Amino acid sequence: MTINTLAKGGWHREQMTCFQKMEKVIVAMQDPDMGMKMRNQRLLITVIPHAMTGHDIITWLIQKYSICEEEALHLGGMLLKYGYIYPLKEPRSIVLHPDETPYRFQTPYFWTSTRWPASELDYAIYLAKKNIRKQGELMEYEKERYSVLHKRINHTWDFVVMQAREQLRASKQRRKADRIVLECQEQAYWLINRPPPGVGNVLDMGLERPNNFSLRVTLIETCRRALGRNRVKSSICLEGFVKYSEQYQNHDPIMQGCLPSNPWISDDTAHWTMNAEMVPTPTRLRVECWSFSFMELLKDVMGRKEFMTYLEKEFSGENLCFWQACEDIRHGESSKIAEKVEEVYKNFLAPGAARWVNIDSKTMDKTLEGIKRPHRFVMDDAQMHIYFLMKKDSYPRYLKSDLYKNMLAKAIIPQETKKSVFPFMRRQRHSSPSPAQAAAQATEEDGRGKGAGPAGTNSDV
Amino acid sequence: MSEWCICSVFALQKVSIIIVIFACVVCKYIIYLSEVQLNETLAHLKTESETLKSKLEEERAKLHDVELHQVAEKVEGLGQFVMKTRRTLKGHGNKVLCMDWCKDKRRIVSSSQDGKVIVWDAFTTNKEHAVTMPCTWVMACAYAPSGCAVACGGLDNKCSVYPLSLDKNENLAAKKKSVAMHTNYLSACSFTNSDMQILTSSGDGTCALWDVESGQLLQSFHGHAADVLCLDLAPSETGNTFVSGGCDKKANVWDMRSGQCIQSFETHESDINSVRYYPSGDAFASGSDDATCRLYDLRADREVAIYSKESIIFGVSSVDFSLSGRLLFGGYNDYTINVWDVLKGTRVSILFGHENRVSTLRVSPDGTAFCTGSWDHTLRIWA
Repeated sequence: MTINTLAKGGWHREQMTCFQKMEKVIVAMQDPDMGMKMRNQRLLITVIPHAMTGHDIITWLIQKYSICEEEALHLGGMLLKYGYIYPLKEPRSIVLHPDETPYRFQTPYFWTSTRWPASELDYAIYLAKKNIRKQGELMEYEKERYSVLHKRINHTWDFVVMQAREQLRASKQRRKADRIVLECQEQAYWLINRPPPGVGNVLDMGLERPNNFSLRVTLIETCRRALGRNRVKSSICLEGFVKYSEQYQNHDPIMQGCLPSNPWISDDTAHWTMNAEMVPTPTRLRVECWSFSFMELLKDVMGRKEFMTYLEKEFSGENLCFWQACEDIRHGESSKIAEKVEEVYKNFLAPGAARWVNIDSKTMDKTLEGIKRPHRFVMDDAQMHIYFLMKKDSYPRYLKSDLYKNMLAKAIIPQETKKSVFPFMRRQRHSSPSPAQAAAQATEEDGRGKGAGPAGTNSDV
Repeated sequence: MSEWCICSVFALQKVSIIIVIFACVVCKYIIYLSEVQLNETLAHLKTESETLKSKLEEERAKLHDVELHQVAEKVEGLGQFVMKTRRTLKGHGNKVLCMDWCKDKRRIVSSSQDGKVIVWDAFTTNKEHAVTMPCTWVMACAYAPSGCAVACGGLDNKCSVYPLSLDKNENLAAKKKSVAMHTNYLSACSFTNSDMQILTSSGDGTCALWDVESGQLLQSFHGHAADVLCLDLAPSETGNTFVSGGCDKKANVWDMRSGQCIQSFETHESDINSVRYYPSGDAFASGSDDATCRLYDLRADREVAIYSKESIIFGVSSVDFSLSGRLLFGGYNDYTINVWDVLKGTRVSILFGHENRVSTLRVSPDGTAFCTGSWDHTLRIWA
């Protein structure tokens, strides 16, 4: 082998860590005490030492990592794909078979990580050797590549042929068994690093991530700020996760399943229909969710509507209206900010406004000052004040109100769909109108004004 | 010397000329320093940052009185997990790099290496829209909250918004709006609560918030020392923060209003490929090339769990939580998906099916399924 003259600097960091970890596994597998039992393998008339069967590999992996057979098969398969183990009998079939198929460890000299990227020159020498050794031993794709290389590095071709001859001469002086082993190892290396067409290149890395600015711009600043934070004890925080998961467990379709059935499994969209944005009667789980947090109530369009009804009964509906208007400013178009802020001021903040909201004087003063130069976040303080007012006061009372309790009582608990009698009959999967379509229809209707005929089509997409 | 000059000083560690003249990029002062002075200052700053770092670790450790798996001992264990591929979406001609769900819980948008962005109704597996971007490696795509547009970008360094037209004859590319402009590849993008703002992260080391309508930069976020690979918006009541992860192994939490980095975590041993908030917003998970997923609690200000196994060797490309936050799904570079019990820290299940790297993974908005995209050109829906 020629000296690999390519710089080692171009290596991908992620791949290097993977190689190192795989190499650890390989080394462990060859450990004299805890490693695998090796045996001699007969290859035609030659005996190859230190071989193992696919079954051995899998058993060892299962035992060492306490994993199931499928995972061991997968992990072993990866070791094969990356060239750390190669098959003896059918070198081109880089698949791990859980039976008596023989495999061998690749020598570290030929580890992908040792000589990577594989050099063009080395590949040319390898192909030249194959060509010289037995005329016509090159496969079609190898012949193509050989001629491409010949053209590309024509200036060093004499060197290539000379090296090839030299290496062949040296190998003739080895014992037959050693020679065969070396040939197998070399072939295995090239099957990984220059795979035949149609076989995926396992060394495909994707895009490089070359940028490293080595700037520790805010390290000291961030540290200083972090030291000043208030932290919460772990026991309190972690308890929070346990509580949250418990509370939402019934609502998690992947954990508990969903009623009447998971549309992806049963092909029945009833679950989605029942939980559509606006339905005459919501499901029980949905209404229960409103009691988990104020945010859950507001997130749900229907919940928000219900809450508004309640607030209006209490003559404090303007709070929610104000909050919604502030959200609109925060997340809406930049160009409309000024006019929206003006609207909000007129309706909610101006003295004697129609829907005046009760904000403390300090926040009010700050907001009024900010309105002179309106920006996206000018209403933030006022909005937060009203949000927490609703959260601490109106929200808990809503949950205790008859309005909520009746809603909860009325709510549907869907029946679990019985499994189909003929499980092989697949339900027809119906398409649904695209949200883009609904929006297009809405704007069409707006454009035409009232009294328009049926707008647009409702075709299956 | 002003604090800002720290940046330039560190950058020029290897300079060895007698008189050093340089302009600090941030504060634009021209500073003259002799070599001796330079080395002294560097050494001083280095010790200062090391001291601060260890002090911070000390403070964090003081309040760490219990481990997550200990608290979770009383929680019931999870039974056998059966999740299968329920849909396979074929149609991309090359590696699928990114995907996102529509709020209608069944539509998705996906992008791939060959520049194609496809909108699917994943339930019926029908393709509804397709756009060919003028660049390859479209690494980021996102569905607008209204369902009426998609955003995408990649090697073109931009993020563009395409309104979804239902007219089959209309060329979607005609109405394209260029919103974000970075100086390196776009790695991730996400709409905020409305169609009007987009948050982006880029290989140029920054994140940015843009106004869709005008294409104006609203806020930029500096602080990562290398490519930023991922971001996620917080589901908090006040909705003003997001987390980003990068090649500098750091996960940073940012305030969207001020552009400041309010918290930073650096415990991973390699690039962070994916970050995702816990549903309550009090924590976030990260997936990295070091083959681990980690959970960071924002109130405790520390890492609280590591999800790893000796037999898992390949990096995590993407993570997401189930609806209740009890399960963490990770898509790995060894073609598998590992399902973790977030509370107990154990691996619940391993899912096979893809024939190449899993590059992207998202749980659907109502938690009924999750979708994975892979370098094997397909997307799969699992439930």
